Amino acid sequence: MSMTATAGHTHADPHQIGRVVEHTGPAPKRIVTAYGFWIFLISDIVMFSCFFAAYAVLVDQTAGGPKGSEIFDQRNVAIETVCLLLSSFTCGMASIAADEHNRFWFYLGMAVTCVLGLIFLAVEFREFADLVARGYGPSRSAFLTSFFSLVGCHGLHVSAGVLWLLTMMAQVFAKGFRADILRRMRCFALFWHALDIIWVGVFSVVYLLGSGA
Amino acid sequence: MSDRTDAPIEHDLAPGEEAQHTVGERILGYVVGLGLALLLTATSFFIAGTNLVWQPSIPVALIVLAIAQMGVHLVFFLHITTGADNTNNVLALAFGLLIVFLVVGGTVWIMAHLNQNMPPMDQFIRMHS
Repeated sequence: MSMTATAGHTHADPHQIGRVVEHTGPAPKRIVTAYGFWIFLISDIVMFSCFFAAYAVLVDQTAGGPKGSEIFDQRNVAIETVCLLLSSFTCGMASIAADEHNRFWFYLGMAVTCVLGLIFLAVEFREFADLVARGYGPSRSAFLTSFFSLVGCHGLHVSAGVLWLLTMMAQVFAKGFRADILRRMRCFALFWHALDIIWVGVFSVVYLLGSGA
Repeated sequence: MSDRTDAPIEHDLAPGEEAQHTVGERILGYVVGLGLALLLTATSFFIAGTNLVWQPSIPVALIVLAIAQMGVHLVFFLHITTGADNTNNVLALAFGLLIVFLVVGGTVWIMAHLNQNMPPMDQFIRMHS
């Protein structure tokens, strides 16, 4: 920075003590951690896009087996969608409570998120078990393979999310709202919201488009 | 970075972090997001099962509604905005979306052409007999 650019400040603040130094070094840990996790989430979304692409290619390859419109139950999908959407909202409430260091609302928000996530998993598991029992397992046709891979991969992510959720509750219980715990909580909230975004793609592309065709 | 001296940005926002700070405003943001998302979801489910609209428009409508709902989730739940303090987050997302469109669009495009130009043998025989 040249002398002329700062000439206006020289008599009031000759050493520019009152001005913010622009390059103070690395960004705060809070930003670095969340940004790194954000990059991971985007790579996760890229991975899901490969499953979506495989599903789009194989959706008509039913090998004499059932088509999507014959095996999808819209009522189940509606229940799953509402559960995941509401759990995204309660997860947001829990992260606000964590920022405010309010234990009661944090535990309540996380517990409701956990219950909604478990309902989602139970409905999905029942759907899968029902399909396999009727002989429409993942080995029946290429369409069913891609369907089970895509929806099952999302289900595995939700299961991992529920485990992480319980871990966060235990960590807050044992260690309180420390800075590192709050960073983990922020990453968990990002993960849970990203799962809901992927579910929007799943229910639109797989269930609604599939049942119409 | 002398052009930033007149814009007093002291730090960037982490992904998922909000610019405003009062609890009421933050809760209101989530409530608005939940309302919009529920509305879009209900519209999707209604459109998929209705006979009221022109049938070939339904797939397009479902995809538009899905993209709109993903946008609502990004803004109201993940707090990814177009603000100057969010540039890094948006750039990472934009690159991710580029890859997603290349993978999905490229796969669907190439495989549709393969199906057209190299049909399975039984279809091929039917076409040329």
